Amino acid sequence: MATNTTAVQAKVAKPVAAPGPWREAFGRLIRNKLAIVGLILVILLLFCGIFGPFIAPWPYQVQDLAAVQANGNRPLPPLSPNHILGTDQLGRDLLSRLLDGARISITVAFVVQAVIIFIGVPVGALAGWFGGRTDNALMRLTDVIYAFPDILFIILLSVAFRDTVVGQSLDGLLLVFIAIGLVGWVTVARLTRGQMLALKETEFVEAARAIGVSDRKIVTRHLLPNGMGPIIVAITLGIPVAILAEATLAYIGIGVQPPRASWGSLISEGQKFIRSEPHLVVFPAVFIALALIGFTFLGDGLRDALDPKLKGKQ
Amino acid sequence: MITYIGRRFLWIIPVLFTVSIITFFLMHAVPGGPWDREKHLPKGTQDRLNAQYGLDQPLYIQYINWAGAFVQGDFGPSYRYQDRRVNDIVADGFWVTFQLGVMAFILSVAVGIPLGIFAALGHNRGPDYLATSVSIIGIATPVFVLAILMIVFFSVNLGWFPTGGWKGPQYWVLPTIALAGFSIAIIARYTRASMLEVTRKDFIRTAQSKGLRNQAVVTRHMIRNALIPVVTILGPTLAFLVTGSFIIERIFGILGIGQFYITSISTRDYSLLMAMTMLYAFAVAFLNVVVDVLYAYIDPRIRYS
Amino acid sequence: MVGAEEDIPAADAPSIVELSADDVLRARNEAVSQAGLGRNAEHLLEVRGLSTHFFTPDGIVQAVDDVSFDVGYGETLGLVGESGCGKSVSALSIARLVPDPPGRIVSGSILFDGIDLLKLSPEDMRKLRGKEIGFIFQDPLTSLNPTLTIGYQIGESIREHMGLSTKAAKERITELLAKVGIPRPADRLNDYPFQFSGGMRQRVMIAIALSCDPKLILADEPTTALDVTIQAQILELIQRLSSEFGTAVLLITHDLGIAAGMCDRVNVMYAGRIVETGTVDTLFENPRMPYAWGLLDSLPRIDDVRGDRLRTIEGLPPLLIAPPKACRFGPRCPYIRDVCREGEPELTQRDGEDHFARCFATQPDGWIS
Repeated sequence: MATNTTAVQAKVAKPVAAPGPWREAFGRLIRNKLAIVGLILVILLLFCGIFGPFIAPWPYQVQDLAAVQANGNRPLPPLSPNHILGTDQLGRDLLSRLLDGARISITVAFVVQAVIIFIGVPVGALAGWFGGRTDNALMRLTDVIYAFPDILFIILLSVAFRDTVVGQSLDGLLLVFIAIGLVGWVTVARLTRGQMLALKETEFVEAARAIGVSDRKIVTRHLLPNGMGPIIVAITLGIPVAILAEATLAYIGIGVQPPRASWGSLISEGQKFIRSEPHLVVFPAVFIALALIGFTFLGDGLRDALDPKLKGKQ
Repeated sequence: MITYIGRRFLWIIPVLFTVSIITFFLMHAVPGGPWDREKHLPKGTQDRLNAQYGLDQPLYIQYINWAGAFVQGDFGPSYRYQDRRVNDIVADGFWVTFQLGVMAFILSVAVGIPLGIFAALGHNRGPDYLATSVSIIGIATPVFVLAILMIVFFSVNLGWFPTGGWKGPQYWVLPTIALAGFSIAIIARYTRASMLEVTRKDFIRTAQSKGLRNQAVVTRHMIRNALIPVVTILGPTLAFLVTGSFIIERIFGILGIGQFYITSISTRDYSLLMAMTMLYAFAVAFLNVVVDVLYAYIDPRIRYS
Repeated sequence: MVGAEEDIPAADAPSIVELSADDVLRARNEAVSQAGLGRNAEHLLEVRGLSTHFFTPDGIVQAVDDVSFDVGYGETLGLVGESGCGKSVSALSIARLVPDPPGRIVSGSILFDGIDLLKLSPEDMRKLRGKEIGFIFQDPLTSLNPTLTIGYQIGESIREHMGLSTKAAKERITELLAKVGIPRPADRLNDYPFQFSGGMRQRVMIAIALSCDPKLILADEPTTALDVTIQAQILELIQRLSSEFGTAVLLITHDLGIAAGMCDRVNVMYAGRIVETGTVDTLFENPRMPYAWGLLDSLPRIDDVRGDRLRTIEGLPPLLIAPPKACRFGPRCPYIRDVCREGEPELTQRDGEDHFARCFATQPDGWIS
C-alpha cells in the first residue's frame, strides 16, 4: 500500500476565516427587506421623539384660538396655513402634538424595557443558574405576577401613587411606565431562565468550569453573550406591547396628564369629531400603527437574523 | 399525568391568595375612601359609616374578615351602591363579559390558525402576502382604534350593526371582532412562523421520502407538529382577551363587569374592587392551567413522561 | 414483453411521456416474475453527469458536479468522502428530495431500472419514492415524527403504496419490526419515537425504508449518530436484510472502515466530484489517487508508535462556489505539478477493470508508478 504524506508539503490552501456570528447575523438582518422597513420606521420615530420639540412648528400645548374662532369654532383641517396637519378644537397644532406623542412613545419603549431588563434578566438568570429551591421560589413569584390582571394592577398603581414624587414626574408617565414594566418582566425572566438552563449544560460551560473559571465569569462572559439573542428579540418585540398599553391607558385617561399629548389621549379627544374632522383620529392612529409595525418588523428581523440554528451554517 | 393536572390546579389557590393580599393592601394604600363624593359628608357620618363597615379596624383584621366571607362566596357589600351586595352587581354582568370573551377567543383561534397555515403553505407567494398583510393590520391597530373605526364604518355609515348594547346576536358582531382583531393577528403570525419552522425539520423529509401525498404530509406531519407551540400562546391570548374586554365594553356600552373595573377604583369601592380582581385573576390563572394541560396532553413526549 | 436474458441499453429505455411510472414498473415486474429471474437494464441505477447546485445569496454552490456512477442490482455501493463533498446531496438528488429552493438538479440523468427519474412528473416520482426507493436518514431522533406512533409511521408507506387492508398492514408492520430486531413488536406498535433508544429508532427507520420492498435503499450515514457498539449491529442488520431481499444499497459514509466492511464497490468523492472508484479490494489494496492515500493513511493503526502524531491531510477542501479549473485536490496534494494546476484530470482507468481514478500523477504516463 502506497504511503505519502509529510516531508514535501505543497502549498496548502489557506483557509478563509468565516465571519463572526454577529457579523453574519448583521448581514442577514440587512438583507431582510421587512426588517429594513422596520428599522427605518424606528429610526424615524426616534428622530421625532428626540428632536420633536425642536422641529415642531408649535409648542404642543399652545392654543391658536384665533384660528379656531375664524374657522367657526371648529378644529382646523389638514393643510391649513400654519397648521399642516390641522388642529384640535382648542387650536393646538396636531403635528406638534403628534411629535410630543412620539416623544412619549419612545420614552415608554425605553423606560419600560429598562425596568423589564433590570428585574427580569437577573431574576431569570438566578433562577436558571442556581436551580433548585431558588428556581422554584422565583418561578412561583412569576406565577403570581402572571396571574395578575395587568391592566387592573397598572391602574391601581397609577392611581395609588399618583400624588407622590414618582407619580408626578414626567407628567405622570413615569409611574405608568414603571407599572407596565412591573407586570411585564415575567416573560423576559422566563426566557432568561430557559436560556440559562439550556446553556448551563453545554459542553463549553463544562470545559470552562473544568479549567477553573469562576461562576460569575461563566455567567457574564460565556452564558449571557451566547444566550442574549432571544432576549434581545423579546425585548424588541415587547416594545409594541408597551406602547400599546400606554396608548390604551391614555385613551381611558390614565397616566399622561393633559396637556401632554399621548397618541391614545389624542384619539380619545378626537373621537367626538370623528365624522366631521376625522383627521384628529386618523393621524394619531396612523402614527401608532407605524410605531407598532416598525418595532414588530425589526423584532422579527432580529429574530430571523439571530436564529441560533442559522449561526455558523452556510 | 393526573397528579400533574391536579398539582397545577391546586397551585391556583396560593396564587390567588397572594394576589388578594397584594391587591387588598395596595387598595388601602390609595388615598381617599369610599365616602369621598361630590357632596362632602360630615365627619361624624363618615366615622359612623366606617364603623358600620368595619373600616376602622386594623387592616389585617379587615383582610381576614374579607377573606373569610369571600371563600364562602360572599363578596361583601358594595360601598358605592349601598343597597346592593357585590354578588348581585357582579352576577348580572359576569355572563355578558364571559360570553364576549369566549366568542372573541373562538374567533381568534378559528380565524388566526387557518390564516397562519394558509400563509405558511403559500410562503413568499400570494397567500403569504395576503395573510401577512391582514396580520400587520391586526397588530398595528389597537383594540380601541379598531372599535372606533368599526363603529364609524359599519354602524354609523353603513348601518349594518347597532352601535352599542348587548340585546341580541347582531349586537355581538362588532364588539367580538374588535376585541379579537389583535389576537387573530398574533395567532396567525405565530402559527405561520411555527409552520415554517416545522417545514425545515428532518421528519418532513422522511415523510416525503416515503412518497406520501403532499396533503398527507402537510396535515399529518406539518400542521400537527406546528400547532403544539401555538398552544403555548393561547394562554396569554386568553389573558389579553379577558383583561382587554373592559375597553370594548366601555366603547360599545356593554354592561358586563368590565365597567366596574375602573369605577371601583375611582370610587374606592373596596369590596367591588376585590371581587373584580379576584374574578379576573381566577379566570386568567384557571385558563392558563387549562392551556398548559392541553399542551401537555397533545405532545406525547410530555403526556407519557 | 422483454425477455429475461436480454439487456436493455439505457438509451432504449421507454420514455415515460404516456405511461405512468406505476404502469411501467408493474409491467416490468410482471415480466421479471414471469421470466423467473433477470434484470431490466444493465444496472439498477445509472447516474450520468448529475449536477446539483444550490443558489444562495453568496453564490452558486456546485455541491455535486458532473457525477456518474452505477449501482448494480442487489449491489452495495459505497459513497465515501469527507463532510461537504457532495455525497449526501447525491443521494438526495437521486430521490429528488433536494430542497428547492435553494437547490436544484441542473443537469444529468438518473436511470432507475431504465427509467429516467429526472424526467418523471413530481406525482410519478412520488409514487416511486418509498415504494421502489427507500431512504435511511442519519439522525433517527429528528427524522421521526415525534407525535405519531412508530406503527403508524411505518404503516404510512404501506398504506400509500400497497393498498393492504388494515389488518394485513398491521401484520406486515409487526413482521417488519421483528425483522429489524425490535423485541415484542406487537406491543410496541403504539409507542412513540421518544420511547425508543437511538439504536432502536434507527431500526424503525430501516423498517420504514424496507416497508414496501424497494429495489434500492439510500442509506445516508445510517450509523453516524449512534454509539459505536450499536453501529455494528445496525450495519450487520442492513447487510443481512439487503442480501435477503436482494435490495441494492447506496451507502454513504465518511468512515472507511464501514465502507470496507459493507460494500462491494466504493466511490470516493471529493469536492463534488468522484475521484476514484473500484471494488473494495482494489481500492483498499491499490488506491491510485493521493486523496485516497491520505484517507487510508489517516486511519490510526494498531501498530502505530505511541506518541506519534496522527496523520492528517493538511488544508481544507475548496469552496464550491467557483471551483477552480484545476485538480480540486491539488492544493493539498504533495505530488502536485504544473499540469495539475492547469486543468482537471478525467476519470481514467487504472489496472483492474472497473478501477478508475482522477489523477494525472497516477496515469500510466504520470510521475507516480
